[in-house]
Amino acid sequence: MKLHLKIWRQKDRKSEGKLVDYTLDNVNTHMSFLEMLDTLNEELILKNEEPVEFDHDCREGICGQCGVVINGNAHGPLKNTTTCQLHMREFKDGETILIEPFRAAGFPVKKDLKVDRSAFDRIISSGGYVSVNTGQAPEANTIPVSHEVAEAAFDSAACLGCGACVATCKNGSAALFTAAKITQLAILPQSKEERKQRALRMIWQMDQEGFGHCSNTEACEVECPQGISVLNIARMNYEYNRASFLKFKKK
Amino acid sequence: MNTLSRKIVMAATGLFLCLFLLIHCLGNTQLFLEPEQAKLSFNAYSHFMTTNPIVKIISYVLYLSIIGHVVYALIITLKNRKAGGLYKRDNRGRASKWYSRNMGLLGTIVLVFLVTHFANFWYIYRFGEFTAVDANGNKDLFLLVQETFTNLWIVILYVVAMIALCYHLIHGINSGVRSLGLFHPKFVRWINVIGIIYSVVLCVGFALMPLYMYFTQN
Ligand code: HEM
Ligand code: SF4
Ligand code: FES
Repeated sequence: MKLHLKIWRQKDRKSEGKLVDYTLDNVNTHMSFLEMLDTLNEELILKNEEPVEFDHDCREGICGQCGVVINGNAHGPLKNTTTCQLHMREFKDGETILIEPFRAAGFPVKKDLKVDRSAFDRIISSGGYVSVNTGQAPEANTIPVSHEVAEAAFDSAACLGCGACVATCKNGSAALFTAAKITQLAILPQSKEERKQRALRMIWQMDQEGFGHCSNTEACEVECPQGISVLNIARMNYEYNRASFLKFKKK
Repeated sequence: MNTLSRKIVMAATGLFLCLFLLIHCLGNTQLFLEPEQAKLSFNAYSHFMTTNPIVKIISYVLYLSIIGHVVYALIITLKNRKAGGLYKRDNRGRASKWYSRNMGLLGTIVLVFLVTHFANFWYIYRFGEFTAVDANGNKDLFLLVQETFTNLWIVILYVVAMIALCYHLIHGINSGVRSLGLFHPKFVRWINVIGIIYSVVLCVGFALMPLYMYFTQN
């Protein structure tokens, strides 16, 4: 198939970017979207031009590294898929495809389609951990976890950290990501120790990074590759209120 | 203040306004009575609502809520606009409802209505040159309502504003309870249904009042 591409090219963080047109003639419909970009880059390298930079790693839909905005949707036209799991059969022969980086105040563009998502790492390191005693591995059944609780925690833990929720949110809010990470730990007995400080610190860090307010439009859940539920955000609000109240009572 | 506590202010003030609107709407249904009876009973009710000390205290909470809600709406909307990304081609709207993305716009229509509404009734009743009284000696607010709703433009503004308010509330109630931290799937579903019924019944009820007054007098 033949494709017309309009790709965002930006030299570095500070420079202005622009859309550049490319045409690809022999695209195999079984290719993934990233393989299509690889094909373009091979052509660019042979022509001695600079290849288009984009993020990727596993290409199996599990690591959360990939992610661009395709024709105005994060991770492209298919709902609940990563960019690497999107295939060219979803597009028509001769179609024009517009490719942009994820955009939000909290996600500055590094180069071309690569964005700096280290804000997510800082949110995690501010409180997304569990303290355990050193020494021998504990007996597996000392802390019982019911099936329902384990499943609920897994549902939240499925978040890849890709950032599509932020890119999709009109407010550039990181509520879904942060909420998934807070909820995943808040419901497990092993991580009750830091429950209050975790909620307060991660939310504080989220705000420091310049993400917006959550308006509960629910667009994030629809575009999230893992379909992380927006009820995680309500749970984060609950955890925040609980922690603020308990902190207030202590004083 | 952080993003979550600002949303708590929005939700608390917004939900308080919802509670007020319910009482306001129920009280106003007296307008649908037989004209002579409606006059006496509506004017007596208005007299009570402006003089009772407990209602007075609640009305100050109400003024504060409106101001707080509008101020925080402005802060949140401006900050969100700065934080969100702008795309060359934007198809993100497919994933959410239009009214959930336009709460500021819907709210602004409601605000324009509120200013008119206060000027039409609240200001004239309390501070205007208002001398008409009914058979019981109460200020004749009913007469003012009748006169105001002979103006077609005011009737149109009221109806449009109620449509805007309806969408504002369908999203607002749902969003507000979750901003306050209700996360249980079953209760969230209930609130969703209750919120839609509440918003539609309330706004249709309010919209019928100017329409009824206009058409019974023309
Ligand atoms: C009687 C009138 C009103 C009622 C009953 C009402 C009710 C509500 C409720 C319950 C919410 C949900 C809060 C949340 O999402 O946490 C809300 C949100 C909102 N309201 Fe109102 N509201 C009213 C008037 C207004 C006015 C006059 C404005 C603007 C000038 C406004 C602007 C907003 C905005 C922008 C939001 C969304 C905030 C966000 O997306 O995060 N509202 N309103
Ligand atoms: S919540 Fe979904 S969209 Fe957001 S970072 Fe996690 S996996 Fe990606
Ligand atoms: S490259 Fe790992 S999820 Fe797409």
